[in-house]
Amino acid sequence: MQERNRAWRGLDWPIIFIYLLLVFMGWLNIYAAVYSDEHSSILDFTQRYGMQLIWIFFAFALAIVILMLDRRIYFVFAYFFYGISIIFLIAALLFGRVVNGAHSWLQIGSVGIQPAEFAKFATVLALAKLIGVYNFKILQPNSILKICAILFLPVVIILLQNDTGSAMVYLVLILMLYREGLPNWFMLFLAFMVLLFILVIIYSMTTIYILLFSLTIILFIIYGNKTKEAIIYAFSSAIAGVIIYLISKYGGYSLSLDKIVLISAFIGIPLVLIYAFFRRIKLIYYLSLFLFVTSSFALTVDYGFHRILPIHQQKRLNDLLGIEADPQGWGYNVNQSKIAIGSGGFFGKGYLQGTQTKFNFVPEQSTDFIFCTVGEEWGFLGSTVVIALFAILILRIIMIAERQQEAFARVYGYGVASIIFFHVVVNVGMTIGLFPVIGIPLPFFSYGGSSLWAFTILLFIFVKLDYSR
Amino acid sequence: MQLNITTDKKYIIAGIVLIAFIIIVIKLFIIQILEQSYKLSASNNVLRYIPQYPARGLIYDRKGNLIVCNQATYDLMVVKNEVKAFDTTEFASILGLSKDQVKDGFVQIRRVKGYSPFKPSVFLKQIPAKTYAILQEKLYKFPGFEVHPRTLRTYNKKIAGHLFGYIGEVDDDMISKNSYYQLGDYIGINGLEKSYEKVLRGKKGVNIYMVDVHNRIKGSYEEGKFDTTAVVGKDIVCTIDADLQEYGEKLMRNKIGSIVAIEPSTGEVLALISSPSYDPELLVGRDRAYNYKILQGDTLKPIFNRALMAPYPPGSTFKIVNGLIGLQDGVVYPTTHYGCAGGYPYGRGVGCHIHPSPLSFIQAIQMSCNTYFCYVFRSIIDKSGYGTIEINFSNWEKNVKSFGFGNRLGIDLPNETRGNVPTVSYYDRYYHKGGWNSLSIISLSIGQGELGTTPLQIANLAATIANRGFFYTPHVVKEIKGEAGIDPKYIERHTTTVDSTWFNYIVDGMEMAVNVPGGTGTIAALPKIKVCGKTGTAQNPHGADHSVFIAFAPKEKPKIAIAVYVENAGFGGTWAAPIASLMIEKYLTDSISRPELEKMIFDAILLNRYARKK
Repeated sequence: MQERNRAWRGLDWPIIFIYLLLVFMGWLNIYAAVYSDEHSSILDFTQRYGMQLIWIFFAFALAIVILMLDRRIYFVFAYFFYGISIIFLIAALLFGRVVNGAHSWLQIGSVGIQPAEFAKFATVLALAKLIGVYNFKILQPNSILKICAILFLPVVIILLQNDTGSAMVYLVLILMLYREGLPNWFMLFLAFMVLLFILVIIYSMTTIYILLFSLTIILFIIYGNKTKEAIIYAFSSAIAGVIIYLISKYGGYSLSLDKIVLISAFIGIPLVLIYAFFRRIKLIYYLSLFLFVTSSFALTVDYGFHRILPIHQQKRLNDLLGIEADPQGWGYNVNQSKIAIGSGGFFGKGYLQGTQTKFNFVPEQSTDFIFCTVGEEWGFLGSTVVIALFAILILRIIMIAERQQEAFARVYGYGVASIIFFHVVVNVGMTIGLFPVIGIPLPFFSYGGSSLWAFTILLFIFVKLDYSR
Repeated sequence: MQLNITTDKKYIIAGIVLIAFIIIVIKLFIIQILEQSYKLSASNNVLRYIPQYPARGLIYDRKGNLIVCNQATYDLMVVKNEVKAFDTTEFASILGLSKDQVKDGFVQIRRVKGYSPFKPSVFLKQIPAKTYAILQEKLYKFPGFEVHPRTLRTYNKKIAGHLFGYIGEVDDDMISKNSYYQLGDYIGINGLEKSYEKVLRGKKGVNIYMVDVHNRIKGSYEEGKFDTTAVVGKDIVCTIDADLQEYGEKLMRNKIGSIVAIEPSTGEVLALISSPSYDPELLVGRDRAYNYKILQGDTLKPIFNRALMAPYPPGSTFKIVNGLIGLQDGVVYPTTHYGCAGGYPYGRGVGCHIHPSPLSFIQAIQMSCNTYFCYVFRSIIDKSGYGTIEINFSNWEKNVKSFGFGNRLGIDLPNETRGNVPTVSYYDRYYHKGGWNSLSIISLSIGQGELGTTPLQIANLAATIANRGFFYTPHVVKEIKGEAGIDPKYIERHTTTVDSTWFNYIVDGMEMAVNVPGGTGTIAALPKIKVCGKTGTAQNPHGADHSVFIAFAPKEKPKIAIAVYVENAGFGGTWAAPIASLMIEKYLTDSISRPELEKMIFDAILLNRYARKK
């Protein structure tokens, strides 16, 4: 009895409690989302809420099994799980059922599962095992190579499955890697790249090049203490730009403006590099590299966005960034979703009283857009409570991860926190028009066995690791 | 140092998480609490207001005969997204369309503002009941099509098109002016239908349904708590005597002009005829636009309501007014005699027809002597001791206007014109100040010149004389069922500036004009009824003179006052007087004692007499 009591007490109850609460709320909202008078029994198994109840029981069973297994299994078999999940991913790619244009479903009997959901915890486990070994140095080329290999193998397969949303989730593991040693400047650089990405979509390439070039010069002035040289360089580049412009205009070359800016920015680079070599100013190398990398990135994004990205995704991004609007066309989902959430007001319309979600104005209302039901029926108050629960859960996981003595458990914890964080922010963000529409579920909330089980496994392995600390 | 950095990172990551969530909460705050438009969009999304159209009020004549009633028609609606492949040939043949027209119909529906493939769009308007009966049985073969019942007008007697007016669909302009109306609603566009639109239309009801994203009705909203039932339009009893109206239209066939008959004791309009008239049924339903165009293109202007809108010169009927003003002003007495040697000899001169001379006042009315009234009019304008010509003319103008001339009488029908009574400032502008005198404007004495009066105003003059000095504003609605009384402005007595006693001399003159040999309107005399009348022959710039006659009968306690205008028909006694006489007899005795006269009128074709003196 004593033994038993201690066993219970060793679990992190706040996490489990929030988990149960979120699962329960999710189920209530699925019921509300598909509620209709004909099928009003909450235990109707022909309906999604009935099915979800079955998934929930299985999830609980899974959680208990995970807690009962020896914790060493997760460490020892980390690569094994990873390998299995890769095999499943490939199987889904080859034999998978196509749902919404993605080869991401594997049919086993009458049950369809999404290997991409399960690959998350396996990948995090594998990374945790890799990074968690004693004296692991993340910045060594060898380490970077290994990390990239583990990380990008599932990403590539999932991308091949045409499930961009799920693939993007893996990017968030950068947060975990940051905790384990990625330098600050790298994160800043990444943040800058994200910003650049958005700017490229909004503004013309000419503006972007001028911006990058100016930024490089400013960085040089700040860090290089060479104001005079910087100004001379900027000035001569500008003159070069004018000359090129005149040549192209009257020489019959008709270069576009962005090319003229690009050429005039880079035309002086060889001279500068020679100057840097003789004066031994390392900063110039870095800044040249910065200019080169960011410009190439901008060019790639621009090309990718306008030439490669399917038109509907282009429009989604345009809609999000407020460049174009078409609430009846491709902006329909987000617009309806915002209407549903916006109509909730402070207290919401009350449980089962939502009209927008119930009458199918919002698409995918029980899966990706489940948050609409929360927003409409429970209002700002309920939405904030749900958001707060997620925030507390994630912060609690980070806190617990930090108190782990083993690097393996800590790394894994950060992985869990990052993945849940990404899902919540992107999912909720898309329903309220902060993010483009990326079809990923809201953890513990959205309808679907694979998603619920995968998150349950992800979370409870961590609870188990913490329990056995 | 290393430790420090990692703990910092812990806080940075936690910070990123927190900031992201705070941004989400702020955005939620904005769209859920600050922004109101989403709440509006939500109810627009989910609530569908289906109007319930009430039946339009019916219109009865003064004897209680139902004249204007409703017929059911059906609008064929289509929900584009629910249409499945169907037998176009059969469909087209039921509706009496060609296959191309059916195809074209699907193209047309897209052009309507607010088109949605999920909502019913009008495919074909106003299918007659007969076609509907066939269509209804086969409708199951054509998924996506449905039928909405509507009501249109139909007329038990094809009369009084001008008076009743017509209804049509509201246009964008009307919708933007009046929020009651929505696309597809009907509204009275002219006549009674327009002026009593609010009474006749009733009140639309609305059923509020909740619909899903495909516009499928999911049930009524809040169990119909906010639904309103349609209130049926109120019925109207109009003052028109349908038999008299019909008879008048018949008499006026092949003639251009107007008849207005009024009950003097109430101001109720008994008949309001503008000729040529048209079958009101022509302006009902689908063919309205087509027929309207044809009517509009007709050179005889059948749409133009002459009774209210044509400012004819009053001609000799106006001598009554000048005579009354002269008596009231004391410039002429019943005993005053003036000689007439074939015309008024001053100024440019005014001709007169051959009659005994000299004449007394009453005889002058009887024989319609131009010369006599030139003297009278000049005396009014030039009378000494009262100041200048301007003051005298202004007094005259004021007196004339007290008879209801120069302003809208205020009948309860749209588009009444004011007519014209010239003013001092008009003549000051036309000549120059001080540049005119009683001789320059002598035409006014015999109702010519700048005077413009509508047949309604002239009929009102007849009623005023019948009443010996007052009138009630003419009106066409006697009773609105379910409402107490009519507009009080129609039971208010308007008294002229002329004392009642002076009217007796006019009445005597008018009696003699009809009943004593030598009178100008003896053709209007009736065997047992004392008809009082006055002829007019209105010169006009458009062609031959208009034939005019005003009358009332019986002499004591008159029951009907009437004005008849026949355009370009010449002397008032020839055509207008017999028509007025027949109308009076028809109304008072409901029989015709002079069938040969009636036949002559029926057979007369008085069109195309524009060329003067041919």
